[in-house]
Amino acid sequence: MKSRRQAVLLLLPCLAVLGGLLVLPQAVMFVASLWQRSAYGGLVREWTAANYFRAVEPLYLWILARSIVLAVVTTLLCLLAGWPVAYWLGVRVAPRWRNALLVLVILPFWTSFLVRMYAWIFILRQEGLANLALARLGLPALPLLYNDFAVLLGQVYGELPFMILPLYASIERLDRSLLEAAADLGATPSRRLWRVTLPLTAPGIAAGCLLVFIPSLGAFLAPDLLGGGRSIYVGNLIQSQLAVARDIPFGAALSFLLTLTVVALLWLFRRPLRMAGEA
Amino acid sequence: MRGAVSVQGVGKAYGDVVALHDVSLDVRPGEFLTLLGPSGCGKTTLLRLLAGFETPDAGRILISGEDVAGWPPYRRPVNTVFQHYALFPHRTVAGNVAFGLEDCGIPPSEIAARVSRALEMVRLTGLGERRIDQLSGGQKQRVALARAVVLEPDVLLLDEPMAALDFKLRKEMQVEVKNLQERLRTTFVFVTHDQEEALIMSDRIALMNEGRIEQLDRTEALYERPRTRFAADFLGVKNILEGTVLAVADGLAALRTRGGLELRAAAGDGYREGAAVWVAVRAERMRLGGGTEGDNALAGTLDDEIYLGDRTEWRVKLGEELVTVAEAASVVSERHRGERVTVSFPPAAVLRLDER
Repeated sequence: MKSRRQAVLLLLPCLAVLGGLLVLPQAVMFVASLWQRSAYGGLVREWTAANYFRAVEPLYLWILARSIVLAVVTTLLCLLAGWPVAYWLGVRVAPRWRNALLVLVILPFWTSFLVRMYAWIFILRQEGLANLALARLGLPALPLLYNDFAVLLGQVYGELPFMILPLYASIERLDRSLLEAAADLGATPSRRLWRVTLPLTAPGIAAGCLLVFIPSLGAFLAPDLLGGGRSIYVGNLIQSQLAVARDIPFGAALSFLLTLTVVALLWLFRRPLRMAGEA
Repeated sequence: MRGAVSVQGVGKAYGDVVALHDVSLDVRPGEFLTLLGPSGCGKTTLLRLLAGFETPDAGRILISGEDVAGWPPYRRPVNTVFQHYALFPHRTVAGNVAFGLEDCGIPPSEIAARVSRALEMVRLTGLGERRIDQLSGGQKQRVALARAVVLEPDVLLLDEPMAALDFKLRKEMQVEVKNLQERLRTTFVFVTHDQEEALIMSDRIALMNEGRIEQLDRTEALYERPRTRFAADFLGVKNILEGTVLAVADGLAALRTRGGLELRAAAGDGYREGAAVWVAVRAERMRLGGGTEGDNALAGTLDDEIYLGDRTEWRVKLGEELVTVAEAASVVSERHRGERVTVSFPPAAVLRLDER
């Protein structure tokens, strides 16, 4: 029974962090979502389900749907852009260069996300770097900022490293002799990709998609700064309910529903995710 | 010609390291040929060149009569059994064997039939649905074999396939692979560093050293008559002596070794009077005690004893030279260190070696 006690002791810090920073706030949010808002933004402790009825009104469901689409498209674009990079890093690059190049992948994290979003504004705005370059080439300026394109660009840019790193980890571990065996057994390069490389790196793909999808679903900085607040996503909606409209119960209800959505999606994709866990 | 391999003047270097120097080799259809040599001798490089994983810097390779220069591995009529099996962990046993048959327009029912025939051939019937990580080393070995032979290649390449197996299993698999080859009559090119394995399995052996083929011979011929110092040493000849030829007469050559031993060798082997020479005598051709008429008979003292179960090896001091004499376990003898003995062996047991 000693090992049992040791296991509990070892788990304690983790349980404390999860309990204090995840379970407890969620419980507070859940309780708040069942209360009412006072005229000046305070909480009235009277039970009601009205916030949830409001949250499933078509307007808000539409925003949730838009957010899911944004997160899905962000995830797919990150996968498409990240997989070749991870493959190149893990297979083609000489091992002595790998660490240096991996540092380049995580280099953006040294600067705050907020600052990097402002940098994108400088690049994308009407008189920004991108349009200056177009003007030099004699091309007309494009409306690059304050639209869904800018939001998606900002999201993909911000989340890409979270896709590349787990992909790299699984591709780098891929046994090269399996690729040789596939070729030896008559598999053309494309067949080898579909039949061997992708199935064997599926855990990395699942992990990367998860790491990109979940934060993307609740993203609010890129939609706010690059979208100019014109297109509302669920992240902005929650942020504005809590910080601007001061409707804490409704914001809490939206937030709780978002968490439920993530949990539901995790459950839907539990099989590939379990593979990711085993690998 | 289906199953023939011709390697013509092939060279390969990795940076400054030369893996193969101008190697030429012909493998006959249906033959079991072993590339034997120590690690780093170029045998695996040669196999990888045949499989198409590497490209030669110089020379030509013909497989079944066709120049395969520029052919990627997936176009070549060869299949490989890899050293660590390289089985696909995301597929079952049957899935692994079926891999090469898929996407070729073969109907699923025929694929299933060919897979089960291949599994039967390697005695894995009924294990088709197992996962790879549920198999023992020997079973993985069999799956790797089945996966390669199911495609009916012109040439099967085997890269030290037994290296990871324990001793007893390795002995079993050697016999099994040999039997499989005899049934299929497919050309096998087998790589190993284990001379005993090579002797058990091969029709012919190409002994390799430092990127060159040292000696290519029928298996018995290589064992009986190693041509070079390296070959004699690698094939386990214990007594390799340097000397000069004193005289050649009456079909015998008289030699004196550096350590002052005088011995007679059968002279059919091109000895020249006065020339420096290297000779080899297998320990099991030497006897303790007097030989028959005409044998070399040298007096010495027993120095050391090594018990090896089926035989005992004696180190015997003959003047300045130290030779090894093997005595079969069936020869019962009470001997002691320091005892005076006579070592005898026929002149025909003395083999002249090339300097290399």
